[in-house]
Amino acid sequence: MEALETFRQETRAWLEQNCPQSMRTPMPEREMPWGGRNGEFPNPDTKLWLDRMAARGWTAPTWPKEYGGGGLDKAQNKVLQEELGRINARPALTSFGLWMLGPALLEFASEEQKKRYIPEIIRGEIRWCQGYSEPGAGSDLAGLQTRAEDKGDHYLVNGQKVWTSYADKCDWIFCLVRTDTSVKHDGISFLLIDMATAGVEARPIKLISGASPFCETFLTDVKVPKENLVGELNRGWTIAKRLLEHERSMISGMNMGAGAASMGGMEVLAKEHFGEQDGRISEQSIRHAVASHKMDQQAFGLSLKRSAEQAKAGQGPGAAASMFKYYGTELNKRRFELLLDIMGTQALGWEGEGFDSKELAVTRSWLRSKGNSIEGGTSEVQLNVIAKRVLGLPDAGKA
Amino acid sequence: MAFVLSEEQTMLRDMAAQFFAEQVPTSNLRKLRDSDDALGYDPAIWQQIVELGFAGILIPEDFGGTGFGVTGMGIVMQQAGRTLAASPLFATSCLGAGMILEIGREEQKQQLLPQVADGSLLLAVAIDEASHHNPSHIACSASKDGSNYVLNGQKSFVLDGHIANKLIIIAREVGSPQDTTNFIAFLVDADKAGIAITRTKMVDSRNAANVTFDNVALTPDDVLGNGPIGLESIEKVLDLGRIIIAAEMLGGIETVFETTLDYLKERKQFGQIIGSFQALQHRAAEMFCEVEIAQAVVQDGLSAIEENRNDVPRAASLAKARLGDTARLVTNEGVQMHGGIGMTDAVDVGLYIKRARVQAQILGDSTFHTNRYATLGSY
Repeated sequence: MEALETFRQETRAWLEQNCPQSMRTPMPEREMPWGGRNGEFPNPDTKLWLDRMAARGWTAPTWPKEYGGGGLDKAQNKVLQEELGRINARPALTSFGLWMLGPALLEFASEEQKKRYIPEIIRGEIRWCQGYSEPGAGSDLAGLQTRAEDKGDHYLVNGQKVWTSYADKCDWIFCLVRTDTSVKHDGISFLLIDMATAGVEARPIKLISGASPFCETFLTDVKVPKENLVGELNRGWTIAKRLLEHERSMISGMNMGAGAASMGGMEVLAKEHFGEQDGRISEQSIRHAVASHKMDQQAFGLSLKRSAEQAKAGQGPGAAASMFKYYGTELNKRRFELLLDIMGTQALGWEGEGFDSKELAVTRSWLRSKGNSIEGGTSEVQLNVIAKRVLGLPDAGKA
Repeated sequence: MAFVLSEEQTMLRDMAAQFFAEQVPTSNLRKLRDSDDALGYDPAIWQQIVELGFAGILIPEDFGGTGFGVTGMGIVMQQAGRTLAASPLFATSCLGAGMILEIGREEQKQQLLPQVADGSLLLAVAIDEASHHNPSHIACSASKDGSNYVLNGQKSFVLDGHIANKLIIIAREVGSPQDTTNFIAFLVDADKAGIAITRTKMVDSRNAANVTFDNVALTPDDVLGNGPIGLESIEKVLDLGRIIIAAEMLGGIETVFETTLDYLKERKQFGQIIGSFQALQHRAAEMFCEVEIAQAVVQDGLSAIEENRNDVPRAASLAKARLGDTARLVTNEGVQMHGGIGMTDAVDVGLYIKRARVQAQILGDSTFHTNRYATLGSY
């Protein structure tokens, strides 16, 4: 306990000295520290903060020191997170490498691969994107067709990926590719591809929200060194599933963020738009809807907390990630629909005069929220997972 | 950790689960119903419940209880809810004991609480007056007659009203029905002159009654506590009751969900197990999410009281509203997924849907508590 207290004091002192003041303020989207070869840092403090944290391995506090991680145990990491929270520090690095690829590499990659790729992730030098979905393989992800042919000293990759987040800004892509066409799940491999290789092209996709966070990525006769295969040949599906779990918990955790959170509570908005009577929202049906929604949010928050405590105690249902992904994203969609009801035409502005920036953000976030229950496995897929893996219901067609 | 049971609590749960499953299965309720039992509960079973110490869980050891606490009572009631066990446990040991502990004078506690714990005293708390729970709107009036009182009015949906030895009656001394002050609680023998009790037979075959008061003469000794009280003292006990009844509801919800899931796995139509149909799988998965959330909400409510948190009212309203809604979903789906057999009295799912609707009304339904949740949040 004493050692932990010392660690806390040291951490607090170090953060006090090293976390720039501007990194202790809310983070605008354009200042998100994605890093990468062409990383943009409109606020120079962002780069300073990233480099200082990365030098200590604290962008990945619990990863092993030998690969550049912080080497902290769980208790120490908890202290670090508490101290970061105490000063409202921004994340030093936002990265799919950190959230998704890194944990998979630590589990499945060769020693050589770990040494090569993990330090770059920790330092934010390489920005990764995920090449999973294809035009013909969405919910049925294992139906993917992108081929990687064995050409002796390299693989020749041909195919098309879609919904690759920020692919136009990324340096490398981790891909699921087909290395055996005679079987489905057991013919998939996990391959790392440098986006600078000839034959890789990323085109942004414009969404209904007007934003283009996703791309189509075309792979045409791309030569990939054989050493870029992670894990065994044709055993990529195992890695893919593990990665999806990381992605699902990431998406269900993200919901409470953007949009309305910055606008004060829903009840405050409802009072603004409908007026008050004896301190209550005048419109009875909206008042009821707001209370119902806030109860849903509180109840969902409690079940997340419960699941975390159960996991610590080694209890709780498997596939919890699917439940939270399903419920959390559906809840988030309901939240934006209710905000539209509350704000009326002020939540339907697209751009320009007549709307303030927060109102415009609600419009865009409402549209963006529709994707929450599609990306990372649709709500329907999550329900399938719960039905089969948790409830033990049989596959269709079985007598 | 609020969401993970301690070793002691796990033992209590296992013991309660075994007791209710073996000694008080649903056939017990059917027997009471079909024989038109005058008491509506089985005194021999009540004696066993008392011997297990369940009747005194909320009562401190100084007053003859086990002092195991509200989480303990929640755990027991959840297991009782699984088998629809009819007993005075809620009306007497939760609401009645809760009122005496919260409002009662020291000598009332010393005299009465040991009798609750040893099962010899049955209580009923009379609060509701209309078709909906509304504790802030009490019309029962106790007019002053010197230092004495004359009680007039009527109460409805009084749980265990016709078997209680004593009634705890919430009335008001002065003022209009909407006032939030000047409530007064009386503790009187059920057979006192001027009190008329009529058993109401409800859809769940459990005990409730209507009670009327016609110029009932009461003395200061009949007052529970020391005189007028505010709504918040009453609400404190009602919140305890709301969270505990939510725990009982959870037991019913879990049982219907598990039974329905079993049925989905065994029933065949079109040459297939019906649980293989995606239309049913998705509905089952949605129910699973709701049941998981209901468990978290109930556990949080119990620990809110246990830890004396300041958000007990909010936790209680959340629990009561949520469990009411979840019970409605799960029992409706339970009947539907059982198909024709779900409509028959032969299978238990019908017993649970009936009980669930009555439970939903006890101490406020989902509408009441959603409204209260908003009021607590100042909007």
